[in-house]
Amino acid sequence: MTTKMFGEKVQRVEDQRFLRGKGRYVDDVLVGHDVLHAAVLRSPHAHARIVDIDVSGVLDVDGVLLVWTHDDLTGAMAEPLPLLIPHPQLTHGRTQYALAKDEVNYVGEAIAFVVATDRYVAEDAVSRIRVEYEFLPPVVGLQAARGAAHLVHDDVPGNVAARLEQENGDARAALDAAPHTLRLNLDIERSASMPMEGRGTVARWDTDTGRLTVWTSTQTSTGVRAAVAAKLGLDLAQVEVVTPDVGGGFGVKINHPWPEEVLVPLAARALGRPVKFTEDRREHFISAAHERAQVHRVEVGYDDEGRILGLDVHFWHDNGAYTPYGIVLPIITSTQLLGPYKPGAYRVVFESLYTNTVMVTPYRGAGRPQGCYVMERTMDAIAAALGKDRTEVRSVNFIQPDEFPYDHGLIFQDGRELEYDSGDYPASLAKLKTLIGWDEFPAFRDEMAGEGRRVGIGLACYVEGTGVGPYEGAHVQIETSGMVKVATGLTTQGQGHATVFAQIVADALGVPFESVEVVTGDTRRMPYAVGTYASRAAVMSGSAVHLAALRAREKVLKIAAEALEAAEEDLDIVDGVVSVRGTDASIDLGTVAVLSNPLRYAFDEASKAATQFSVGDPGKAPVPEDEEPGLEGKDFYSPERSTFASGMHAVIVETDPDTAEIRILKYAVVHDCGRLINPMIVEGQIQGGVAQGVGGALLERMAYDENGQLLNASFMDFLMPYVTEVPAHIDIDHLETPSPLNPLGIKGAGEAGVIPSAAVFASAIEDAEGIPITAMPISPSELFALRQQHAVPPETAARKTAARKTPAKKPPAKKATRARKETS
Amino acid sequence: MSEELLDVRLTVNGVVRELRVPARRLLSDALRHDLALTGTHVGCEHGVCGACTVLVDGRPMRSCLMFAVSAVDSEITTVEGLTGSDGSLGPVQQAFAECHGLQCGFCTPGFLTTITAGLRDNPEPSEDEAREMVAGNLCRCTGYANIVKSVLRAAALRDGSGTPSSGTEGAEVP
Repeated sequence: MTTKMFGEKVQRVEDQRFLRGKGRYVDDVLVGHDVLHAAVLRSPHAHARIVDIDVSGVLDVDGVLLVWTHDDLTGAMAEPLPLLIPHPQLTHGRTQYALAKDEVNYVGEAIAFVVATDRYVAEDAVSRIRVEYEFLPPVVGLQAARGAAHLVHDDVPGNVAARLEQENGDARAALDAAPHTLRLNLDIERSASMPMEGRGTVARWDTDTGRLTVWTSTQTSTGVRAAVAAKLGLDLAQVEVVTPDVGGGFGVKINHPWPEEVLVPLAARALGRPVKFTEDRREHFISAAHERAQVHRVEVGYDDEGRILGLDVHFWHDNGAYTPYGIVLPIITSTQLLGPYKPGAYRVVFESLYTNTVMVTPYRGAGRPQGCYVMERTMDAIAAALGKDRTEVRSVNFIQPDEFPYDHGLIFQDGRELEYDSGDYPASLAKLKTLIGWDEFPAFRDEMAGEGRRVGIGLACYVEGTGVGPYEGAHVQIETSGMVKVATGLTTQGQGHATVFAQIVADALGVPFESVEVVTGDTRRMPYAVGTYASRAAVMSGSAVHLAALRAREKVLKIAAEALEAAEEDLDIVDGVVSVRGTDASIDLGTVAVLSNPLRYAFDEASKAATQFSVGDPGKAPVPEDEEPGLEGKDFYSPERSTFASGMHAVIVETDPDTAEIRILKYAVVHDCGRLINPMIVEGQIQGGVAQGVGGALLERMAYDENGQLLNASFMDFLMPYVTEVPAHIDIDHLETPSPLNPLGIKGAGEAGVIPSAAVFASAIEDAEGIPITAMPISPSELFALRQQHAVPPETAARKTAARKTPAKKPPAKKATRARKETS
Repeated sequence: MSEELLDVRLTVNGVVRELRVPARRLLSDALRHDLALTGTHVGCEHGVCGACTVLVDGRPMRSCLMFAVSAVDSEITTVEGLTGSDGSLGPVQQAFAECHGLQCGFCTPGFLTTITAGLRDNPEPSEDEAREMVAGNLCRCTGYANIVKSVLRAAALRDGSGTPSSGTEGAEVP
């Protein structure tokens, strides 16, 4: 009997090659072949006009075959790179050139491209290129961008790429009528995906057939294929893109094409030899992409229970020097900010601003961590002002389980309504309180205080739109060996797709898990696909794989019914064998595959059974009308809208009274991503997300100086968490509210772990310290500085407290210092 | 201005390999590009992430911080050398498979080599010692919890107290 695979903690099939050192990442491709290596000259200045580039002497370097600047590019290659996601409100979208033309706008922008026999020589050659610059004033940080004393792009007034406003209800009127209001100013800094494997591209041009094969470390092979074909003036049929094993993506590899992604294929065609580009870590820091930096101004009106009546948010989003990915990130922030709550009225305005820094494209969470941070800080501020428990204020604002589908009256990042499909937020909160020990915490705080220790507890709730369209597809083929070959077009960066999609197919088709082999991100196997982003792989490709397997199953049953002279409804498929229920009659799937393809020529024993003198009714066409030879199924999944996963995190931190060091004592996660295909993999995603979130909340930031130099562009200086910085144990509990939108009831899980981190740590540190936390990430030295800033002489503190107008019924004494947020 | 090439004899995974490389060729590049042992990965090239860790005379070393010429006369073990001659997974590899100790797999070879050496020095680590053992390697996917579990599981598999799920008792590294 075949065991049901969906929902099982199945060990990953891909691990067998990874653990043996047999993975094939992009830099492993064509090793041992006659491959050439590329290196790139990058701007050392954040903002400058290029007066002259002198490449003389470069080709004299032994082993150098090619050096290009913008002047060497023609046609579409000489035009700016694509603006991937246009939007009517992105009135001043700008993208960079593959090689800078006249001007550079961030440190790291590509200026010249060299190909040589090896990377060492290519870098020697790059160092010989002389560029004369005329310096322009750099615009660094949101304050400078908003001030607009200088412009990043001459023709973009105020540095404003886009301005977008959405409103549901009359937020202004609601605020004016509200019994209480609060204002908050909140900051969040830059971080980045920082996968362990950087970007890389290999291309081979076949001079005999005029065809190009590109291997690239991407989250969208079909996207790169279309871009390369367009830039090189090739038909799509001449270009294949193969995504090899990818050493982590976390969002940064969804942007495409990178300059090198089109320059490498162009060079491979020009030279008639394979070319490889593998970026080094510094290049990844200064020429890939970052995310997160935003500044928010919030005005909220609420009643005595803490119910939000009106919410007005204005924020500024740092999009870096260019906008290839459009304004998806601030749109996500502006909509997903609402989380599990239903404010009476909501208005949001954002401006997306240019700065002379690395461009900003999605990083795991993609605008949601900022939105969650802003909403949850607001919830905490309301609770503090009213002297209420933070969980109570959240509870009164929750969308209730009987209110789904819930329409927020806004437009989401996919151009569809922001309508939540399902969820149970009160149940999640109840689980979280138990898991972290919310009600027991005051006693713990007192106990710790008795030992001279300072602790705080925080929580944060989020909702994540996952499984964004437009579509994904899958192809399932049963071979005559009985093996099942599955292909889906979206790519894999460590999520275990080869395992989870095989689990789905094994169940749908009734075959052993071990007989299913999955290929992802190879345009030769599935040319129609979109990509891996927005926690969509399980939802989109998982559903498509399921539907395609069901189509293959239909065909199996039809052919087997004829062969077994039985009715289709009397057939079962178990362990790859079709049998007639209640009889001994059976046929294995491999034989059904043989029968599905009528043959003239036998090539082995099995195929003899399908030749013209062995099978078939002479009175009928060998392949019936409306049928195709072969045992295959293909289908696509294209949902009307996203499905909304949700979760809540809580953390207990200890802050050192002397050093301000922040320690994590306990971390709890309750998450709801619908039905789990493989709980082991989902938990792995959560653990990884939480670790990344710890980095984002407490350690990581991009330290730009006023000249636009990234001062910490190495792993030595940009602090990513090691094992010593993450919680030793995370308590995880699941809720499985199925999505009604897809056949398997799945919601996405990939990004969730990182979304509430800034919010939950800010909440806990504020609780421990009694000081408002309004800027994240926060380091011990920043917390130390905050303490000094808030350490006022006792008599001043008393005066301040007395002067403060407070609507709170019973403000607890320890929260008296939290009133920096204005109350009215 | 051709570079001077040097004859280098390396012993990698018990096999003597001869190559001609410039003096500046990193050991990591020599292993990957000259000897096609691409299991060793390069994550930062400044010795911080640990993905390129190989064993040099049994000691974990960052192959991105060594020149190939300075590894002459040394015994080098890469991730490929942790697998048994029959292709079975070694105990550390097996433990990672069982404990979901990897996701994208890019940092994994450096963890496997580091832990292999670590367990030889400390065959029965406590949980704290297991964390300490992997505290010099970066992983961006897993959050480390399952890597720590893998260390403890590997220790059990090595001393025979754990039952390998697929009957593998991998090769011991010298």
